Amino acid sequence: MSQPKTIFEKIWDKHVVKRADGYPDAVFIDRHFIHEVTSPQAFDGLRKRSIGVFNVNRTTATADHNVPTKDQHLPIKEALSRHQVETLRKNCAEFGVELYDLGHPFQGIVHIIGPELGLTLPGMTIVCGDSHTSTHGAFGNVAFGIGTSEVEQVLATQCILQYKPKTMKIEINGKLGKGVVSKDIILYIISKISASGATGYFVEYAGDAIRSLSMEARMTICNMSIEMGARGGLIAPDETTFNYIKGRKFAPQGAAFDQAVEEWKKLRTDDGAKYDTVLTFDAADIAPMITYGTNPGMGMKVTDRIPTANELKELNEQVSFKKSLEYMGLEQGSQLLGKAIDYVFIGSCTNARIEDLREVAAMVKGKKKAAGVEVWVVPGSKQVQEQAKKEGLDKIFEAAGFELREPGCSACLGMNEDKIPAGKYCISTSNRNFEGRQGPKSRTFLASPLSAAAAAITGKVTDVREF
Amino acid sequence: MSKEKFHKLVSPAVPIAVENIDTDQIIPARFLKATTREGFGDNLFRDWRYDGNNNPIAEFPLNNDAYTGKILVAGKNFGCGSSREHAAWAIYDYGFRVVVSSFFADIFKNNALNNAVLPVVVSDQFLNELLETIQRDPKTEVTVDLENQFISFNGKKEGFQINAYKKTCLMNGYDDIDYLLSLNKEIKEYDLTH
Repeated sequence: MSQPKTIFEKIWDKHVVKRADGYPDAVFIDRHFIHEVTSPQAFDGLRKRSIGVFNVNRTTATADHNVPTKDQHLPIKEALSRHQVETLRKNCAEFGVELYDLGHPFQGIVHIIGPELGLTLPGMTIVCGDSHTSTHGAFGNVAFGIGTSEVEQVLATQCILQYKPKTMKIEINGKLGKGVVSKDIILYIISKISASGATGYFVEYAGDAIRSLSMEARMTICNMSIEMGARGGLIAPDETTFNYIKGRKFAPQGAAFDQAVEEWKKLRTDDGAKYDTVLTFDAADIAPMITYGTNPGMGMKVTDRIPTANELKELNEQVSFKKSLEYMGLEQGSQLLGKAIDYVFIGSCTNARIEDLREVAAMVKGKKKAAGVEVWVVPGSKQVQEQAKKEGLDKIFEAAGFELREPGCSACLGMNEDKIPAGKYCISTSNRNFEGRQGPKSRTFLASPLSAAAAAITGKVTDVREF
Repeated sequence: MSKEKFHKLVSPAVPIAVENIDTDQIIPARFLKATTREGFGDNLFRDWRYDGNNNPIAEFPLNNDAYTGKILVAGKNFGCGSSREHAAWAIYDYGFRVVVSSFFADIFKNNALNNAVLPVVVSDQFLNELLETIQRDPKTEVTVDLENQFISFNGKKEGFQINAYKKTCLMNGYDDIDYLLSLNKEIKEYDLTH
C-alpha cells in the first residue's frame, strides 16, 4: 500500500508537472483569478515577451480592490483608480480573458465570486495575486496568494514554481457557545499562535466544530489563514460542500456532477498520514473575540482586558507592543468592553456573503444605530447585493440607519474613497487591523458580523451574548 | 529576461527596529494604483516617514541622514500581510538590495527574491546585536556574501540559508519564467489530460 497522505499532499502531488533536482516543483494551476491591482505589470511582462495567456479558460478577472461602492454606473471619479480599471479592461480584451466588470451581474470581490459561481471546486489548485486567496480552501483545494511576478508566470505557463510547504492540522472539537461564530474561531486561533505562528505551513482545519459550519462560515476561517502567516488553509469537502456547489453556474451539472462528487469524496486525509504540526483547541473555550492591537494576532475575548507589556510571552516584543497600543490610543491592562466606536464596516472577502448580511439583519431588525455612528454594509458581490434586496434586508438596514453600498473591497483596505478618518475607531468584519489599513491613522477593531452589528446599535464595543 | 545580478554587498545599513512590519506599512494601499513597477520608492514606509501634512518625521530612520546604504535591517516577521509585490518594488526602487530580519513572511520572501532583493534570515541574537551596533554607529559596514552565504559586521559573522535554485537565479539574474517556459510541452500535455 502506498504511503498515507494528507489531503494537501494528495492535491499538491497530483498537480506537479515537473519535479527536478535542484528546482522547486512546477505546479499546474487549475484556476487563476485576477484583479485590477496586481495584474497590470504581469500583462506588461507578457507583452515584452510577445506571448499570450496560456489558457484563458482557466483565468477569470474582476474589478474589486479599487472600485467605488457608490454610483458604480458612473465613470470612476478618481483618475488613477479609473486608469487601473481601464487597464484591466484593455488587458482582458487584448488577451481574451473573461472579465466581470463593474455593472456585470457576476462582479464582486474575487474570493466571493469564485465560490458563488462554482468556479471554485474541490481538489483544484487556485491562485490569485491576493493573499486572501486562501478563502477558496474551504472547498478542499490548494489555494494561495501570489505576487505579480508569479501572476505573470501563471498567465504565461499555467504553472508556478513553488517549494512544497510543511503541513499543519488545526483541530477544533466540541460545541460552540452562544454568540460565537466562525470569525471568532479564527480570531481565537490567531490570538493563540500569533500573526506568524503558521508561516511556512499549509493548514488543514478539522474537528467537529469545523464540520458543523456552513460553507460560508468555513470560508471565513480559511480566508484568515494568511493572518497567522500560513501559505493557505483548507477543509476537506463533505456533503455540506457538495450541496453548496450543486447547481452553481460553472460547476459540473447532472451526471458530470455526480461523477465529480465521487472523486471529491476521495479528498480526505488518509488514516495514519503525518502532519509536521498538530494543534488542538476546545470549542468551549472560544468566546466572541475582538482585536485591540495592530496585527490580527493581538486579539482577545471581548470581556478580557488588554495585556500589559510585562505579561507578553516574548519580552523583546515589548517595544512593538507599546507602539501598537499608542497608535490605537489604548491603555495596557484596560478593557475594550464599553469603548465608544465611530464607524462600523460590515464587508470584505472575510464577511460579506449573504449569510453574514442575514445574521446582521436579524440582529438589527426593528432597531436603530447609535447616534454619531456611521455604518457601511458593503456586499461581497453583485449577486449578494441582489439577494439581499430580494430578501428585504435592504429595508431592514435602511430602517436601522445602515448604508447598503455596492460591491467591492471598500474600507477593508481603503484603496477607494471608503476610508476611516484619522484617529477614529472602526469595528470591522474585515481581516486586518494594521496601522493605516482602513485609512491613514485609522484605528481598527476586528470582530464578527454579530459583534459589529451589536456595536452599531449600542455605539460601543459590546458582548453579543448580553445584547 | 535577465535581471540585476547579486554576488556580494558591502554597505552601511538602515535599522528599523520594529517587529511584524506588514506590507501595508511598507507601501500603503492607496499607492498601489500605478500600472508599472517603478516609482514606488518615494512612498516606501510613507505613513511612518511623513506626517499628515507630508512633512518628514525626523525620528524615522529613513529621514535620518546618518543612516545610508543598501541594506535594511528590521524586526521579526518582516513583510507579513498582503501579497502586494509593490512592497518588494518599493524596497528595490528606494535602493535597498538586502533586507535582514530574524523571520520573513512567505509571500514577501518570494516577491523579494523575484525582484533582486535578497532576504537574509539571521538569529534573534545576531539581529539584536546588528540593530544595536548600527544605531550606535551608523557608519558600520555590513557585508552580505551570497556566494558563501554569510553576513558579517565588526568581526561578527553568521551563515544564512537560501535554497540553491534561488541562489543561482539571483547570482545570474535568471527569472522563474525562463525555466517554466522551457517546460511548455509537458505543461500542455498536463492541461489536456486533466
